[in-house]
Order: sequence, then structure tokens, then C-alpha cells
Amino acid sequence: MERRTIFPGWLLPVALVLPQLALTVVFFLWPAGQAIWSSATRTDPFGIHTRFVGVENFADLFIDPLYIDTIWRSVLFCVCVAALAMGSAMVFAVAADREIRFRGLYRILLIWPYAIAPAMAAVLWILLLHPQIGLIGRWLNRIGVAWDYKLNGFQAMLVVILASAWKEVSYNFIFLLAGLQSIPRSVIEAARMDGARGFFRFRTVVLPLLMPTVFFLLVVNLVYAAFDTFGTIWAMTSGGPGKATETLVVKVYRDGMVNQDIGSSSAQSVVLMLGVIVLTALQFRFLGRRSGGA
Amino acid sequence: MNRRTMLAGAAALAAAPMVVPGARAQAAKTKIVFWHAMTGANNDEINRIARDFNAAQDAVELEPVFKGSYPETLTAAIAAWRAGQAPHVVQVFEVGTGTMLAAGPAVKQVWQLVQETGAKIDPAAYLPAVRGYYSLADGRMASMPLNSSTPVMWYNLDAFEAAGLDPAKPPQTWQEFVTVARALKDKWASKSQDLMASTSSWFTWAQLETYSAIHNVPYATKANGFEGLDTELKLNGPAQVKHIQRLLDMAKEGSFKYGGRDATPDPLFYTAKAAIGFGSSAGRADIVRNAKFRWAAAMLPYDPEIMRSPNNSIIGGASLWTMTAPNRTPAEYKAVASFLQFIGQPVQDALYHQHTGYVPVTLAGYELSRQQGYYDKNPGADIAIKSLTRGTVTENSKGLRLGGLPEIRNIIYEEFEKALQGQQNAQAALDSAVARGNVVLRAFEKMAKG
Amino acid sequence: MNGRIDWPAHVVLVLGAVLFLLPIWLVVTGSTLDPDAIARGELSLVPRLGGLGVYASVMTEGSPGAGPVWRMLMVSAGMALTIAFGKIIISVLSAYAVTFFRFPFRMTAFWIIFITLMLPVEVRIIPTYSVMSDLGLINTFPGLTVPLIASATATLLFRQTFLAVPDELMEAARMDGAGPWRFLKDILVPVSAANIAALFVILFVYGWNQYLWPLLVATDPKLDTIVIGIVKMIGTETKTEWNRVMATAVLALLPPIAVVMLMQRWFVKGLTEGDK
Repeated sequence: MERRTIFPGWLLPVALVLPQLALTVVFFLWPAGQAIWSSATRTDPFGIHTRFVGVENFADLFIDPLYIDTIWRSVLFCVCVAALAMGSAMVFAVAADREIRFRGLYRILLIWPYAIAPAMAAVLWILLLHPQIGLIGRWLNRIGVAWDYKLNGFQAMLVVILASAWKEVSYNFIFLLAGLQSIPRSVIEAARMDGARGFFRFRTVVLPLLMPTVFFLLVVNLVYAAFDTFGTIWAMTSGGPGKATETLVVKVYRDGMVNQDIGSSSAQSVVLMLGVIVLTALQFRFLGRRSGGA
Repeated sequence: MNRRTMLAGAAALAAAPMVVPGARAQAAKTKIVFWHAMTGANNDEINRIARDFNAAQDAVELEPVFKGSYPETLTAAIAAWRAGQAPHVVQVFEVGTGTMLAAGPAVKQVWQLVQETGAKIDPAAYLPAVRGYYSLADGRMASMPLNSSTPVMWYNLDAFEAAGLDPAKPPQTWQEFVTVARALKDKWASKSQDLMASTSSWFTWAQLETYSAIHNVPYATKANGFEGLDTELKLNGPAQVKHIQRLLDMAKEGSFKYGGRDATPDPLFYTAKAAIGFGSSAGRADIVRNAKFRWAAAMLPYDPEIMRSPNNSIIGGASLWTMTAPNRTPAEYKAVASFLQFIGQPVQDALYHQHTGYVPVTLAGYELSRQQGYYDKNPGADIAIKSLTRGTVTENSKGLRLGGLPEIRNIIYEEFEKALQGQQNAQAALDSAVARGNVVLRAFEKMAKG
Repeated sequence: MNGRIDWPAHVVLVLGAVLFLLPIWLVVTGSTLDPDAIARGELSLVPRLGGLGVYASVMTEGSPGAGPVWRMLMVSAGMALTIAFGKIIISVLSAYAVTFFRFPFRMTAFWIIFITLMLPVEVRIIPTYSVMSDLGLINTFPGLTVPLIASATATLLFRQTFLAVPDELMEAARMDGAGPWRFLKDILVPVSAANIAALFVILFVYGWNQYLWPLLVATDPKLDTIVIGIVKMIGTETKTEWNRVMATAVLALLPPIAVVMLMQRWFVKGLTEGDK
């Protein structure tokens, strides 16, 4: 969708967009270029011996069945986190948008988790879910559920999905609520007077108007799940047990910072980057048209 | 703000340079920067060392800086070196020794420092098991040990009594251990869902690396990697397979419970959830503070069927590496040497050992603590040192010199965790770990050779 | 409508609030407990009033491993505010330029900016360090903030909002003789008020919670942020004074929450503004 009415001239807009472009080039494009260059080399951590190896790092990644597993696992993780975070946030936002008492209080209470640093959030969830020390963890074991996410891969995945989605719900909630509140009341009233009830009204009137926000959040949520969940997963399970919770970004950190294998880590980052770019481009193409995107 | 204020402000600003030259006479001190990964009480202890060092002499000012976890500190140091801004001293975890040894011009090894600055640092003054980990094959020291620990077996005396076991007789062999754990499971841990007979922190370090050393079986070829980069893993030998299978069987039976990686299982012992917990000797302070029961420390058990007389355990922890920079002066290296000498003094070594729970790295420091009666007042505090000096040091018990060791440890964790879930037995797990680990070793070798 | 109680909404919200409140409540009560009890897992849902002294102590003295908390709070606040304001201003201007003007390589510029969403911090952190080193900004306050100011999220959001502004509004403004600046100031900014408020909260928290970058670029302990301080306090091989850690964590939560409460008014304003 393009705007039909525009302002003339090009000097002003170029000047306006320059600061962000400059910062982007210096702090994103140049490092990205470095990452791409590193991905084509084999080097020791100190950069003293560097060999150009072309696509060898990438080839090594894709012949490794464990890496392919990690890709699928990451996809599953991202989808689950995004779905859980968006779904819950939508329910809360709709409820908080209504004219009920304590609305302001609810809103504050639901926004809190966003303010917590990811590593701290992980510590909190561990305090709740640890099989021997956590309040809920111990209770589960007591009632007969064999709860131990350090041993059980499925439970570990559950735990990191929950902890990651928990933080993201607040973020979504803030924006969905803002979006809901900018829908003119008159439109809602008109629909109501036409006899459209609750869910039907939501689906046909509210949701379409909310689409720009939903689309924006979908992109952000998937990117969040792909990248920013690192802190939470690392603090809770470090990718274990076995490789049950190792997502692509966990592997990037481990290979980069712990194993000091810059070449492979850069190659993985490039793969991750391309994956998200493709995904987002697809989203823009199919959903963007209906929601004010490019 | 009126004109008068502005003039006053300008005058003050103009006067400022006048004040500084006086201070400049003071700045003859050489400043050196020390990056470390110590948190909590250990962080305070590093600050204390810095304060004491700075107060003890006029020539050098040491600035300690916390840079995150061990991997984060190493990454930061490497990034800084690449930008020409490396710190003078950096604390690197023991598993990073391989990487630092391959760092070429980025570091100055201790023996080089000694040669260049004439500092008095004598390798013979340091505990052999500690020194060996950080030295070259010919005995020259590469890095300076600071915080070293070794695995010990913590056990709960009250739980022992409740299970009808003699608290004065901790299991000395693995065979005894199996029996003891079973008794604890049946008569003590059965009281509640939360309890377990035994667990182990630092699983790879305690149950594989140290186990191999104690039983004089190789962890890898070429003297565990000390003698060459073309080393290959041998940790799937019969001795290790037997032990890992034993632990897997115990886990199935319920007398051993895996508590997670690295130090995660630590709280299980001092919160009285595990009657026996293998852990780092450096965990002593936590236990002293938190345990509300009677406890003691013992050396790791051994398997007499494999080795009749057990050897020493190996260390964990970190050491200090000296880094280079384009504009670093000889005076700065001299300053670093004086700092390294300072922490090696018996008084300092004993102080650090007693404050933190890490072992004394010098023989004199150990002797001083003994004379001070420290071990009489704190029974069990010398188990670690006894463990490090047990038997004879062989080529299998000097420690490990493997590139990519953090990655290898992680691979072992993954394979063991899969085995725990019933997906494979010990032989398969260790075979797989060896195969995957060797890939890491080959990649490191290729990279280090340029 | 005002007389009836909307039960379903209340139930949902109470459930959500409890779910979100529980971990935080644990931290609040934990801060008042004895540190050894916490280490043993004896958490409780009831705070111990006698333990409230920990807050004063932590503010002024800090905790083993970290300095006085008030100083770290100041550093974090400065960083977060700079980043939030910086990002919003830059993004509004960029989104405005890309949406309401035509200039060569317009869409290229947008895509370049947008693609930065895809690059995780862990990847660009080391080259960024080299750049800052070349610019002489290591261990400085600008070094802490500048690399974190460029980012696409805000620009994307504003672009979405601007695209949705009805053309009639623009025509009306033009007919009133409004130039580009008037249009931006009088029409676009108010329309985006709710989003700006939401973004300010998000970006403030983003800046507030930064860990890896400040860790790398700052060596002077006076530049420690509060998050680094908390991590420093959590001993890995030594005892942790959990009550102090939790008290610091609570203190670390207060400014972001304060920001949220301040911005609340703007959310509500969106409602009372009525039709747009």
C-alpha cells in the first residue's frame, strides 16, 4: 500500500533518514559484513592464523544431522512461543480494554514481566519449577508427576517455552491494548447496534482494524523467539538435556563465545539471519498487503 | 544563569589545568589492568588482593575488573586484544588453557616473563598437581595458577546414621559406594520425594576426567594431549565405560540422581536433599554457611579392580595469563611480574586459600596454613590437597591439555543425558562422545597449526 | 453498562495478573528473608517485615561483588533514557521520511534499516567493539548508548501507523497551508501518541536490561549498570546473599514500572480522544 498524497522535495527526507542510516551502516551492516567474511574463514580465536575456506563451514553445518535437528527444533520453539505469547496477550488485551473497574491496575500488573531482565526471569522460573527446590516443581513430584526438566527433554522444552513466552506476553499486551484503544468507539458501537455479537464482532470488525499491530507483533515475536530468548534458555537449561532445548541462537553463542569457533559461529549466524529475512519477507508479501505493509 | 556565574565557571575551568600538574608527580605508578570472572564473595577477595598489593608497594597500581563469566571474560579479552586494547592480566578457566597456549604472540608465558624481567618465580615452589596443568611438557610454566580446586565427596553424617551406616567410614571404593548409596536410598531417601541418595556436580570433571587420572587410564593419547596436538580421545576405554555404566545403573535403580550440568547440583547437598554430593572443593564455604546438618568431606572413591592404589585427582579453576599489546612497555611487564610474585607469597597464598576454599597453590602456603592450625580448626579443609597429592603423578594424572575442551565437555554432557533417558548405554554414549570429540580436536589442531 | 460487573473479563485478568505476579511476588518476599533460607529453597509467600532493612543497606553499601546500588541505578537510568529518546526521535524522522516523501533509493533505505532487525547482538558485538575502539569510545557513556540507538522496531511501527493515517487528514492539512514540519508536529505525533508511549516503555526497558554490550565496552566499575551489578552478586562458586540480590532486583524493577505508570495516562488519553 502506498500513500497517495506526499510532500514534494527530496533534500529534507534524505536529511531525516540519514542519522538512522548512518548508525545502521556503522553498527549493523559493517558487523554483518564482518560476520559473513568470518563465516568463510577458519581462524583461531585470536585471529593470528586465518584461512579462507569458502563455504566449508556451511557445508559442515548442513551435513551434520544434529544441526538439521536444531533447525527443526528452533522452528518448533519459535512457533510455540509466538503463538502462546500472542494468543494470551490478545485475550488479556481484549479483557483489559473493556470498561471495567481496576482496569488501570490490571494493566500495570500485566506489564511488569517485561521489565525483568531475561536472566533474572530465568532465575525466577527456576525458583518455581526446580524439581527439588521450586515451589511448583516439588509439588508436582509430590503428586506423582515425574517432574525433572534436567532429565526429561520434553519437560525442558515446555519450561523454556513457558518462560520465554511469559516475558513476551507483556510486550504484546502493551501494543495490542494500544491498538485496541485507538479503534474509534463509534465503530464498535455501530457494529453493536447492527446486532453483531461478541466474538463475531471481534473477528469481523476489531481484528481487521487491529491487523497493522498484529502483523507488526508477529514479526517482532518471531524475531524475539529466534534471538532474544537466548538469555532465558541459557540460564535455565544451557540447551540440555541432551540437545533437547538447543535452539539455533543457543548454538551460535556456545560455538562463538564458549568454544571460540568464530568461523562456524559466524556461518550459523548467517544462516539464522537469512532464515529470518526470508520468513519476514514472506510475511510481508502475504500478510503485509492486507495490513498496511509494503 | 547570569553573567557572573558564567564568568566564575569559566575561571574555574581555566584554573583546572593548574591543579593537575601537582597530582602528576604522584602518577609515576605503572598501572596494570586485571580482568577476572569472580562473583560474590570471590569478587570481594580479588578486590582485597588488589588493595593489599597496591598498599604494599609504590611502583604499581593494579585495577581489577569483573568481565562476566569465564567464557565472557575470555571473549572480551580476545576482542580487546584484536583491538589492541588487551588487559595486562586475564583470568582464564582451566579448560581454556589449550586455546591460550595456541595464542602465540597474544600472550607472554610465565617463563618468558621471568626471562625478560628477571622476576623470581620458581616453578618448584608450586604444588606439582597444580603447576603441571599450566606448564609446558618440559616443566616451564605458561600461566600462573590462582584459584584451583579439585573434586571431593561431601557426605551427610546425619543421613548416614539414619541409614544405619557408620559416619566415620565413608565409602572408599566404588563397590562400597554402590552398597552405601543403596542403603541411603532405602532407609533415608525413601522418607520423601525430594530426597536422593547421591548426586554429582561437575559430572564430566569429577566422574570422567578425575576418574581417569585416579585410575591411571588415559583420557586422550599423547599424555592427555600434553605431548602433541594430534591427540585423540580415549575416554571410552573399559575403565571409564564400567564406571559410567555403573552410574547409569544406579540412576535406574534410584540410588544416584543426575542434577544437571556444572555447578547446578550444588544446592542439593547443602539443602540436605542429597546425602552424598560430589562437588568442587571450592564449594566448602557454601556448605559451611548453609548446611544445617553434620557433614564431612572425603576423597573420591576408587575401583580396586582397576587400580589397587589410587593416584592424584586433577584440578579445576582458572589461572592468570599475561597478555601483550602493541604499545605495552617493559615497565608494564615488570609490573605484572611483581603482581604474580605477590600472590605467590606464602602469606598471600594462605590468606586466599583460607578465605575462598580454593587450594593453596604453593607448598609454602600450604605449610603456613598448617602451622597456623587452620586445618585443626577446620577439619576436612585439607582433603582437597590430600587428594591432589595422593599416589604418584603419572602422564595420565597431570590434567588435560585438549583444545576445544569446553565443547568436548558439552558433548559428553549431551551423550550422558541421552543415556540417562534410556536412549543408549554407557559404551554407546562414550563411543559417540569420542567420535564427536575427535572432530573438535582435529579442527583445533588444524587451526592452531595455521 | 457501568452497573454490571463484567465477570469473564475480571476472571481472565485476575488469572493473568496472578500468573504474572507470582514470580515477582516471590522476589519481593525473598528479599526480606534470610539468605540462607532462600538457598535452602525455603521460599515463602509471606514477606518478613523485619527483613526490610536490606533495602537501605543495599542502596548504600551494595552487596558482595557489586557497589552501591544507587550509583548503578543512575547509570542504568541515564543509559535507558538516552536510548529511548534517541531511538524514538530517530525512528519517527526516518519513518516520516520514508512514508511521506519520494526520494531516490527510498525503499532501499527502508529495507536496509529493516534488515537490522535480523542481526542478533551476539553476532555484531565484536566488530562493534572494534569500531568503538577506533572511535575512542570504549569505556565512555556514549560508547554505552550509541550502538544501541539504531534499530528497526520503532521505525517499522511508526511506518505502519503513518501508512494508516487517512489521506483526508493530509489534504486538509495541506489546504490549511501546513508544511512538512507542521504536519509532523500537529498531526502525526498526536496520532502516534499511544504508540510513542508504548515504545518509550519498551525502549526504556530494552536499554535498562542490556547486559552483554555494557559488559564488553565498559571496564570502569563506575559505569556498571544495574543488571551487571545483579549478575556480579550471584556467586557461582560461592555463597550468594540471595536476599540482597532479590532486593536489588526489586529496586531494579521500580524505574521501569514507574515509567509504565507514567505512560498509563497516554494509553487512556487514546481512549478519551474519541474518534480520530
